[in-house]
Order: sequence, then structure tokens, then C-alpha cells
Amino acid sequence: MTPRIELSGVSKRFGSRQVLDGLSVSVMPGESLVIIGGSGTGKSVSLKCILGLIPIDAGSIKVDGQEVAGLKGAALDAHRTRFGMLFQGGALFDSLPVWRNISFALPGRAADRRAAAIDNLARVGLGAEVADLRPAELSGGMQKRVALARAIAVRPPIIFFDEPTTGLDPITAAVINKLIRTLVTDLKITALAITHDMASVRLIADRVAMLHAGKIIWHGPLASLDGCENPYVRQFIHGSTEGPIQMPGVRQ
Amino acid sequence: MIAALVAIGAPVLAAFTAIGRLTRFAITALTRMLQPPWYPAQLAQQMLVIGWLSLPVVGLTAIFTGSALAQQIFIGGSRFNAASTVPAVTVIGVVRELGPVLGGLMVAGRVASAMAAELGTMRVTEQIDALVTLRTDPFRWLVGPRILAAVLVMPFLVLVSNALGVMGGWLLATQRLGFNSAQYLATTQRYLEVDDVMSSLVKAGVFGFFIALMGCYHGYHSGGGAAGVGRATTNAVVSSFILILLSNLIITVIVFGS
Ligand SMILES: Nc1ncnc2c1ncn2[C@@H]1O[C@H](COP(=O)(O)OP(=O)(O)OP(=O)(O)O)[C@@H](O)[C@H]1O
Ligand SMILES: [Mg+2]
Repeated sequence: MTPRIELSGVSKRFGSRQVLDGLSVSVMPGESLVIIGGSGTGKSVSLKCILGLIPIDAGSIKVDGQEVAGLKGAALDAHRTRFGMLFQGGALFDSLPVWRNISFALPGRAADRRAAAIDNLARVGLGAEVADLRPAELSGGMQKRVALARAIAVRPPIIFFDEPTTGLDPITAAVINKLIRTLVTDLKITALAITHDMASVRLIADRVAMLHAGKIIWHGPLASLDGCENPYVRQFIHGSTEGPIQMPGVRQ
Repeated sequence: MIAALVAIGAPVLAAFTAIGRLTRFAITALTRMLQPPWYPAQLAQQMLVIGWLSLPVVGLTAIFTGSALAQQIFIGGSRFNAASTVPAVTVIGVVRELGPVLGGLMVAGRVASAMAAELGTMRVTEQIDALVTLRTDPFRWLVGPRILAAVLVMPFLVLVSNALGVMGGWLLATQRLGFNSAQYLATTQRYLEVDDVMSSLVKAGVFGFFIALMGCYHGYHSGGGAAGVGRATTNAVVSSFILILLSNLIITVIVFGS
């Protein structure tokens, strides 16, 4: 089976900083892959590279077997229609009310789009009363959920979730994790998620990959995560300061 | 020697790169504006923001400057027994130069900065990236309506600016300098030429284009958080001022120089 998304040897540097350094990873259709890794290791950058928002320096990115790195114009637009994206910071349009944000890419009459927006609000655990508020009037966690509602509203076949549960209370986080799981199992969506939240990893992942120093240093099915011998992964999932990953300035 | 060449070459190269980038941005904006989808609601909103909300500043500037101009012409003219030229010189000065230029500069101060700040914030908070992933072209959704709105609305603002500038001169001349109102207006009318009005409208359209272009360009390419947005705003205002003054000179020389 051709992978839905296949990255091989992707490299990207910003100035003198090599952020991605030969990154290779693939996601199969209908699968949910969670990428874990320290802050600043290039997780968000790699999603943006796949979407063509950041050009890559080297390597190849294939979606459904088709090379997408370097696409331009109409071909790039067509490529992007397959994706929904939840940005780490939400990226809501602050000039538009919540319901216009959610229904932004939906066709049809305003009344239908508004109804669809309210449907999607309900899926992320928000009521119709927030539909007419501006993003600035929402709490951080609410903004994140509205952004999630916007990402899923067009029912794209592939959805990227950049830290879907950061800033949410444990109960809301559980609702969101369940929603992502439902999208994958019931709607056969291919999901690529980034998270630091280990509870969330266990609830949404089919497979887990760990990004470190610009490369995937370990990947495997969720079930093999706990028994994993890789010292980087062990340190990360136990949240320990002792191990091969050193934080600059932190002494043991 | 080499070091000197490098020292000269680097900024020259940087300038050419910047001009190339700006030209490409302008061409992209203009060609995308010609193809659907169009967003008339965005256009209407921008016309309101640029046109209606700029009326007070543009109007006040014109009245004050028109009055000051009349006073200076009166003082200068009195030395040559030519104080009676006040209405004629005022209307020519206002319509040909001061109305469009000061109107353009005031709108640039208001609008280019606001556009750069808005688009810059959208850039650094990834809203422009989000637009793209929601099947919407930022050039058609953000840039196009702003440029078109500015080009359409500026001529109206400059008409207002011209009218109020002349009125400012008339007010001062009749209230303080002892001019007869009917005579002043009759002279004004005699010296008000269609060509002058046309040239001021052409200038207005060109200024509107540069104002929106610089606001959008600097905002769109903004980076580096709040400081980056601040820089984008400053650059948008300064560069639109320079382009307004430069294009004004060029149009003036072409239209009136020969
Ligand atoms: N547009 C950009 N220009 C320059 N550097 C960038 C840009 N985007 C990201 N970077 C750099 O790339 C590195 C990786 O950033 P990225 O946002 O991918 O981190 P991350 O793995 O998502 O971290 P976090 O878990 O904190 O979100 C960072 O060092 C960042 O400074
Ligand atoms: Mg990130």
C-alpha cells in the first residue's frame, strides 16, 4: 500500500540552525501517527513543510505517491485541499466572529454555514453562545477548540493537529482526544498529531515517532512505547531530567 | 579595495533585491485581482475604512493648509502689489499640489500603517498560513481588496481635500484679509481648470495604489514578533511617503513641465 504521506531525507535550515536533518517518516492511510519530541526540535516546521508553507532544502515529500515538494500555483492549491490543519497557536482570524472562522472554507448560504459552524462547535464541546464572539473574547483553550472545529469543518481526508490539547483542562482534553480518535476510526481520516501530553499520545496514536535533532530516532506502534529500550524515548515519556537529552543550562 | 567594493556592493544588491521583491509582489497582486474569486464584502469594508474614516483628517488638513496658503500668498503678493492673486494662486496651489499631496500623506499615515500592522500581525500569528490551508489566496482575500479600495477611494478624498482647501483659503481671505466673497469665488472659478482637477485625480489614484501596496507588502513580509510588526509599520509609512512625493514630482513634471 502506498503511504498517505511519505517524507524521506527532508532537510531544512534557518540561518545557521539545521532544524530538520534528513527527516524520514511515513503515515499510512487511515492511520494516526503521533510525533513526540522536545520543544524546538522542528515538529511544527515539519508539518508546515508538508503543507508547502515552508520550502524545504533537500529531500522528498510524497502525498499519495505524488511528489509535492516544490509544487506551485494551482497544483499547490490542489495539494492543500486534502489537508486540515490545527495550528499550534490557533491562528484564528481575529477580524471575524467564531462562526465565520469555522465556516470560512465552507460553501453555501450564510444561514447554512452558520448552522454547520454550530454543529462543529458542539463536536469540540462548545455551545452556540460563542458563535458570535470574536476570537479575542475567548479563553486560550476555547480558541484552540474553535481552531480545531475550523480544521475539521471541511472534512478533509488528512488532518494535522499541532498540540491539540495544550492549554485544556483534563476533561476537555479527554473530549478532544476522543474526537480525534473518532475521526480516525469512524471517518477514516488520516491523522498526524504533535503532542507533549503523554495521556493524549496513548489515546489518539496508532503509531508513535520521536523526533530529535532533526531526525526520527525511534518509531513503533503505540503498544511498543512502554517497552521501548531507546534511552531518548524512555527519558521523554518519563519526563526525567536524567538521560541523553540535556537541556542547556540545567545541571543534574 | 575589495572590501570597499563589497561595502558599496552589498547595500546596492540589497536595494535591487528589495525592488525586485516589491515588483513581483505588485505584479502578483495585480494579476490575481483580475481573476476570480473576488470578495466584494472585503472590498466594501476596506473602502469604508480607507475612505469614510479618513475624511476628518484629510478635511482638517486641507482647511488648515488652504488658509495658511492664502495668508502667505497675501503677504508675499502685497510686496509686489499683487495681493489680488490670492484666490487664483490658492486654487492652483491647492488643486495641483497641496490637495493631493497632503491628502495622500495623511491617508498614508493612517492607512499604510494600519494595513502593515494588521497584515503583519496576521503573518506572525500564522493567520496568513491558515488562510492558505483554508483554500483562500491571501492576495485575493487581503491584498487585492485593499489596493483596489485605496485606488477607488483616494480620488474622492482628494476631491474633498481640494474643495476644503479652497474653502479654507476663502474663509481666511474673506474673514481676515477683507476680500469680497462673491468676487473671490468668481476668480476661483475662473482659474479652476479641468486639467488641474484631472491631474489631481490621477495623482490620487497613484498615491492610493502606493499606500495600499506598501502597507500590504511590508505587513505580508513582516517577521520577528511584535518588534517585526513595528518595523513593518514604520517601513510602510516611510516608503509610502517617499513614493507619494516621488511620483507626485514625476507626474507634475510630465503634466505641467512641458
Ligand atoms: N519561520 C522561521 N524562521 C526561522 N526559524 C524558524 C522558523 N520557524 C521555526 N524556526 C525555528 O525552527 C526550530 C523548530 O521550530 P518548531 O516550531 O518546529 O519547534 P517545535 O518542535 O514545534 O517546538 P514546540 O514543541 O515548542 O512547539 C526552532 O528553533 C525555531 O526557532
Ligand atoms: Mg510546535
